Amino acid sequence: MLRKLLIALTLGLMSSWTMAFAQLEIVVDRADLKPTPIAIPDFEAIGVDLATAAEISSIVKADLESTGLFTVTDESAFIQKDLNIEVAPRFADWKIIKTDALVVGSVEQITRDGNPLLRGSVRMWDVYGEELMRFEDSSGRQVSGRRFTTTPEDLRRIAHKISDAIYTRLTGESGYFDTRIVYIAENGPKNERVKRLAIMDADGANVKYLTSGKFTVLTPRFSPEAQQITYMSYEGGMPRVYLYDLRRARQEVLGNFRSMTFAPRFSRDGQSVLLTQATNGNSDIYVMDLQTRENRRLTDHPAIDTSPSMSPDGRQVVFNSDRGGSPQLYIMNTDGSPRTCPSGGRDVACRITFGSGRYSTPVWSPRGDLIAFTKQTRGKFHIGVIGIDGSGERLLTESYLDEGPDWSPNGRVITFFRERAPGASPNLWSVDLTGRNLRRLRTPTDASDPAWSPLLE
Amino acid sequence: MRSLMMTSASLALFIGVTACASAPKEPEPVVTPDPVVEEVVEDVVETVVRDDSMDNIVTEPTGPAKGSLQDFQVNVGDRVYFDLDQYRLGADAQDILKRQAAWLSSYPGVNILVAGNCDERGTREYNLALGERRASIVKNYLVSLGVDDARIQTVSYGKEKPLAIGSNDDSWAQNRNGFTQLLDGVVG
Repeated sequence: MLRKLLIALTLGLMSSWTMAFAQLEIVVDRADLKPTPIAIPDFEAIGVDLATAAEISSIVKADLESTGLFTVTDESAFIQKDLNIEVAPRFADWKIIKTDALVVGSVEQITRDGNPLLRGSVRMWDVYGEELMRFEDSSGRQVSGRRFTTTPEDLRRIAHKISDAIYTRLTGESGYFDTRIVYIAENGPKNERVKRLAIMDADGANVKYLTSGKFTVLTPRFSPEAQQITYMSYEGGMPRVYLYDLRRARQEVLGNFRSMTFAPRFSRDGQSVLLTQATNGNSDIYVMDLQTRENRRLTDHPAIDTSPSMSPDGRQVVFNSDRGGSPQLYIMNTDGSPRTCPSGGRDVACRITFGSGRYSTPVWSPRGDLIAFTKQTRGKFHIGVIGIDGSGERLLTESYLDEGPDWSPNGRVITFFRERAPGASPNLWSVDLTGRNLRRLRTPTDASDPAWSPLLE
Repeated sequence: MRSLMMTSASLALFIGVTACASAPKEPEPVVTPDPVVEEVVEDVVETVVRDDSMDNIVTEPTGPAKGSLQDFQVNVGDRVYFDLDQYRLGADAQDILKRQAAWLSSYPGVNILVAGNCDERGTREYNLALGERRASIVKNYLVSLGVDDARIQTVSYGKEKPLAIGSNDDSWAQNRNGFTQLLDGVVG
């Protein structure tokens, strides 16, 4: 059986591992990682057309390949053609084409209460270990395979759930494929840009526009329940933070602030929204309780304080401030109590960035250990990460404009937007924590401000 | 014209002869003067060649109508510029705002919207804050010069509404501004 990531790291055996006892453990952190070969033959079609089954398996392939952790074995190399999900494969046929893992799946149509449903089933084999790889299902039981059922319209979600199951089984990390991304769809000339709220599946499918473009909207963010989005809109002239309810397709102004509010972000428990209010030239951070609709001021400083993001445990807030003379990142306790700063001394807010350049848009990782940010230095923009004590800064990207990172729900991938050169239009990109797997996310229009949903139910 | 001059010459001759006659000299025989002929003076106006188009341009009043949007833009200045990352008002900006305040005191029915703008070399959220700061600095300066603050609204567009669409130093300098828009009560 496969070892867990933590054990591998603790024992420091990375380089001395042999294929004999850990061939299918994928360590997501390693920058020099060689992608694991995985074979995903077209799923068997049972009562559905072949194209439907093939569509699901091809989505699974695309999902896994997009991680940079896998290479999907070319089907023209396959020797065994008579796979059956209930029967063990001929391992020798798969070893000879150098496949580490073999995914065998089926798609069938079933009827429940008179309604047609699609059911996708999958098993995975450790080719060199010559054994079935058991999964843990959503209720924590060890199972010999995974099976997902939904309506035919949600076919893609079956595929993403299978991808998440495979990814989790092989990496020990939770997945991020059955998720959505909300973003700003842009078009038109630079000085008269139309900006609409848009939502799509994380792989770019099923794009929908949530606002008309009559009013400029910016910086959408998902609630951890995935049913609400908070964003900023110029509707009515004054920029204000709004809540959008996806189920009811309705928006409302958040709070009754008397002046401009912007830079909203949900707390990790979804019970409150952090935002910035600017009054008479001074921006400060507030937290609004979504139940009581009461707000509390978190910062009270004549400098600009904005772009707040709360730690997963809700006890700390990282934000952007120019109180030190240029935009930098600071961390404070949510209750406003003084803290011991990494640079020494005690203060209500501790600066954590000291590199050359300007730092902004900090976003706390869902895992709690890192903060993603935008950095501007020497005429370039970067997406980077830094430890919460200000140590271990790493820049993952560089271009004319890279801005606005947000984390995949498992904290392994960062999405952001890029204008690759002066005058270029913005597009959505993602990069993994190693900085190695940089990918463009295709959108029908120009796009900016991507934000990732949590894993869907 | 010609006939008018001839009439004058005849008159002068007549006066000169009369003056000479008053001198104490031997009486001379009275010379009968030439008869004074009055000729018809022609209508002067009719003979002038007019150029109507030239006349009209020269006689139009110059510049935009006082109190108009154009008057404000041309004679006062509707925007002030900021240095990179800055929100302080330089001497040029203060001069423009002094003219704006004076103009606004002449046209008390005009209300304004001051927009704070930033160049594209910053992040959206920070620029929204910086733009708000720039708009407020402009507003506060106008208020300090006597403009009623109830007449001044502010908004920040951050980097979302650039005046210049280039990606170069010139465009960025133009896009770091406080832009005064006349809302209502404008003449013409």
